[in-house]
Amino acid sequence: MTKIKQSNNNLEERPVKNLKTYIIGFVSSIVLTLIPYFLIINHFTTSYVLLTVILVFALLQMLVQLIFFLHLGRETKPRWKLAVLISFVGIILIIVGGSIWIMQHLNYSMSLLQLNNLMQYGEGF
Amino acid sequence: MRNIQSGSLQSEIDNNDKTTLGFWIYLMTDLVMFGVLFATYTVLRGNTFGGPLDRQVFNLPFALVETLILLTSSFTCGLAILAMQTKNKTQVLMWFVITFLLGLSFLGLELNEFNKLISEGNSWQRSGFLSAYFSLVGTHGLHITAGLVWMGICLVKVWKEGLNSSLSRKLTLLSLFWHFLDIVWIFIFTIVYLLSGI
Repeated sequence: MTKIKQSNNNLEERPVKNLKTYIIGFVSSIVLTLIPYFLIINHFTTSYVLLTVILVFALLQMLVQLIFFLHLGRETKPRWKLAVLISFVGIILIIVGGSIWIMQHLNYSMSLLQLNNLMQYGEGF
Repeated sequence: MRNIQSGSLQSEIDNNDKTTLGFWIYLMTDLVMFGVLFATYTVLRGNTFGGPLDRQVFNLPFALVETLILLTSSFTCGLAILAMQTKNKTQVLMWFVITFLLGLSFLGLELNEFNKLISEGNSWQRSGFLSAYFSLVGTHGLHITAGLVWMGICLVKVWKEGLNSSLSRKLTLLSLFWHFLDIVWIFIFTIVYLLSGI
C-alpha cells in the first residue's frame, strides 16, 4: 500500500512516464513484427533455424506487450497477476507441448507408409 | 485518487484491484482455450486431405497489414487509458473511437479473407487443416467482435454520463481485454501465417 501512496504523490509526472512506456512498447512491437516477417519473406536461413527465430520473436513481443501495455512490471508486492500468469503458462506449455509430442509419436508409430520408409531408408532394414 | 488516505477511496482501490485480478484470471483461462486451439492447429496443419497447403492459401502481406492495424489499435487503446487518468473526456472518446474503427477494419479484413477462402471452395469442411484454421482465427475474431460491442456500449455511456469511477473501471478492464487479444494475434500471426511461409 505504501507504494501506491508514493506513486500517487507524484501524480503529475505519471502520465508522461506512461506515454513513454506506451510509445516504447508500440515501436518495439512493430520492429519485432517486421523483423521476422522479412526474415520469412526472404527465406533467410534453413527452416528449423527460422522456426526457432520467429518463435523467439513472438515470445519477445509477448514480453514487451506484457510489460509496456499490460504493466505487469509495475504490479505492487504480492504479485498475484504474475503468479497466475506463470501457472497458466505452465498449463499451456504442458497442453501444447504434450499434444505435439504425443501426436508426432503417434504418427511415427502408426503411419504404415512412414514406417515402411523409415524401415527401408532410416533404419536400414 | 488524490485523497488516497481517506478510508472509502482506499477500499475502493482495493476493490478495484480485486476486480482487475478476477478479470485477469478470466483472461488466463481464455488463454488456455486459445492454447488448445493452437495445439489443434499445429497437429492438424499437415492434414490437408488433398486440399490446399497452408502456403497456398495464405497471403503474408495481407496478414502483416492486419497485424499492424491491430497493434496500432492496441496502442491507441493505451492512449485512451492515459487520457482517462487525466480525466480528459474528449480525448478518451477520441482515442476509443479510433481504436474502435481500427478494430472494425481489422474485423472487416478478416471476414474478407474468410469470404475469399470459402468462395474458392476452401471452407472449414475442406480439410482438417482448414477446420483448425477457421476455429482458431474465428474464435479470435469472435473475441474481437465481443470487444467491439463492449467498446461501443462503453463509448455511448461515457458520452452520456461522463467519466465516473464505475465506467473508468470498465474501460480499464476493456483495455486489458484488448491488449490480451493483441498478444493472442501475435501468436496467430507467427504460428499460422509466418509458419506457412517457411
